[in-house]
Amino acid sequence: MTVPAPAILPARGAGDRIGALFWRHPRLLLALLLAPPLAWLGVVYLGSLAALLLQSFYSIDEFSGVIVREFTLKTYGELFRAQNLDIILRTLAMSAAVTLACAVIAFPIAYFAARYARGRWKALFYLGVMLPLWSSYLVKVYAWKLILAKEGILGWAAERTGTTFLIDAALALPGVGGNSLSTSLLGTFIVFVYVWLPYMILPLQAALERVPLSMLEAAADLGASRAQVFRTVILPLALPGAIAGSIFTFSLTMGDYIIPQIVGTSARFIGLAVYQLQGTAGNLPLAAAFAVVPILVMLVYLTVARRKGAFDAL
Amino acid sequence: MPDIPAVEFTAVSRHFGAVRAVDGVDLTIAEGSFFAMLGPSGSGKTTCLRLISGFEVPTAGTIRILGQDVGRVPPNRRNVNTVFQDYALFPHLSVRDNVAYGLMVKGVDRARRLTRADEMLALVKLEGYGDRRPAQLSGGQRQRVALARALINEPRVLLLDEPLGALDLKLREAMQDELKALQHRLGITFVFVTHDQSEALSMADHLAVFNEGRIAQIGTPAEVYARPRTRFVADFVGSSNVLPPEVAARLGGPAAWASLRPEALRLAPAAGAALTGPVVATRYLGAGSRVVVRLPGTDLAALVPAGQPLPAEGETVGLTFAPADLHPMEGER
Repeated sequence: MTVPAPAILPARGAGDRIGALFWRHPRLLLALLLAPPLAWLGVVYLGSLAALLLQSFYSIDEFSGVIVREFTLKTYGELFRAQNLDIILRTLAMSAAVTLACAVIAFPIAYFAARYARGRWKALFYLGVMLPLWSSYLVKVYAWKLILAKEGILGWAAERTGTTFLIDAALALPGVGGNSLSTSLLGTFIVFVYVWLPYMILPLQAALERVPLSMLEAAADLGASRAQVFRTVILPLALPGAIAGSIFTFSLTMGDYIIPQIVGTSARFIGLAVYQLQGTAGNLPLAAAFAVVPILVMLVYLTVARRKGAFDAL
Repeated sequence: MPDIPAVEFTAVSRHFGAVRAVDGVDLTIAEGSFFAMLGPSGSGKTTCLRLISGFEVPTAGTIRILGQDVGRVPPNRRNVNTVFQDYALFPHLSVRDNVAYGLMVKGVDRARRLTRADEMLALVKLEGYGDRRPAQLSGGQRQRVALARALINEPRVLLLDEPLGALDLKLREAMQDELKALQHRLGITFVFVTHDQSEALSMADHLAVFNEGRIAQIGTPAEVYARPRTRFVADFVGSSNVLPPEVAARLGGPAAWASLRPEALRLAPAAGAALTGPVVATRYLGAGSRVVVRLPGTDLAALVPAGQPLPAEGETVGLTFAPADLHPMEGER
């Protein structure tokens, strides 16, 4: 005779007892899991952001270089000086151009990966997109400096193929041209596009992956030409992914201070300005005010995007 | 008007590498009919539907829609529209804009196409839902939107891919009636794909049973049900007792594979019956019960209407049937 099994099995040690506690109080586990990251975000991140904001409302005494800890909007006023406004507008223009170029270059890659790549090709896609992220950012930027330099591989290849005139024509462009690609804003742009491209491809691919083939077929079935399918179905459904990607490319470009130092002209960008103001110049209030600009720009950008219905397909 | 068929397949094949999804299909769908393509998954029925809509290109053969060869015509220029299995509504557009999509891409001005979309929504009994998003609708409502969207272009042929597959039973039955009524009213050809034989039998006026890329039988539901041409059809359409030749011969038919529908079999007292055997299983079906009786060499299922006394399992019973109900078939599968 075997003893029939009891209705309740005995607990197997502390693990079962803690498991039972979490089962009775499901929110307890959630709270325990969320507490450390929330504490980190709340105290370290939001705290320092608040400190930064506070700094931006102080000003610097121009004679003594001492920070005056009194509330003032004077520092923000300084942002509108011609040289500072120049920095802001240059940064915005660069960020917008980089974002646009990234979106245009990323789209076909993301579309191929989402629609056609399967199995080994998909693995190859992920590898190809992620691989550059595994190597140091500095190494990549210096590599590009060498590529773009006057005696670099690009110039050499152009010379050998007789296409030097193309580079010369690009360098002759007013505003973005220069002596060589590595010392022009055009070069800065190229390197920015290269380093941030993965951040555009991945969200775009994720968005396109969620568009079922039947939706494209439905559009064609209802009489849409290929261009119409693209414009009325693919593009709006890819838009949330493009916006997500553009948040990366836009804000990363706005905040970067290394690439413009290595590749490009001496023209300054917001990141570089912040770096120099808080370091050598010791003008922490103005550095803070500069740092607020990207935050505001992103807020405005996201608000406009939401109003325009960019996230409707989410 | 001469009788030009709505859809005509001539020796159409569609091979994917070594897989013969559709293999030498000849098919004629009369205009104005409600036509079902019935078959298990992988039998080629959906590929046939996609060949009509243009999302598949035949490897061989000719497809004509209303007499015109569509071999080189892309989907957007075929005057057929599809209700997709997953409905494929555009999530970023309102219900009204979804329905109006077909007119939008044709360049119909906004006011006109939205009015027309509202008319289509009324046709599928969804007045007042135009401003919602597809995500805010139930499965049944989404399907109506898909229907309205497909009908706004006034297609000559409407294709429906497993139109009722995602709906629950009650809704499915209601939609069956509605689709039927709608087809009557519009008078256009409906071609629908289904793996559900009861759906095909109840909705279609003609059906084609697909098996392994070929058509096993074409006919009216009554013909196909009463006189299945092959063992596969007998088995797939309704449930049937498929009898091997020797058993069929013993039961008084020709020595060929035969089909005997459970409802053609009657239980009788064991004494004096020609066929007797023990009951090996009974299953309650609501409107009746299925009783399986073991005979030498075969088991026969009989449908006993509700209200009649049921034999106990193990009890020996007799079976009778009208000789005409023993239907001989072709030997092939």
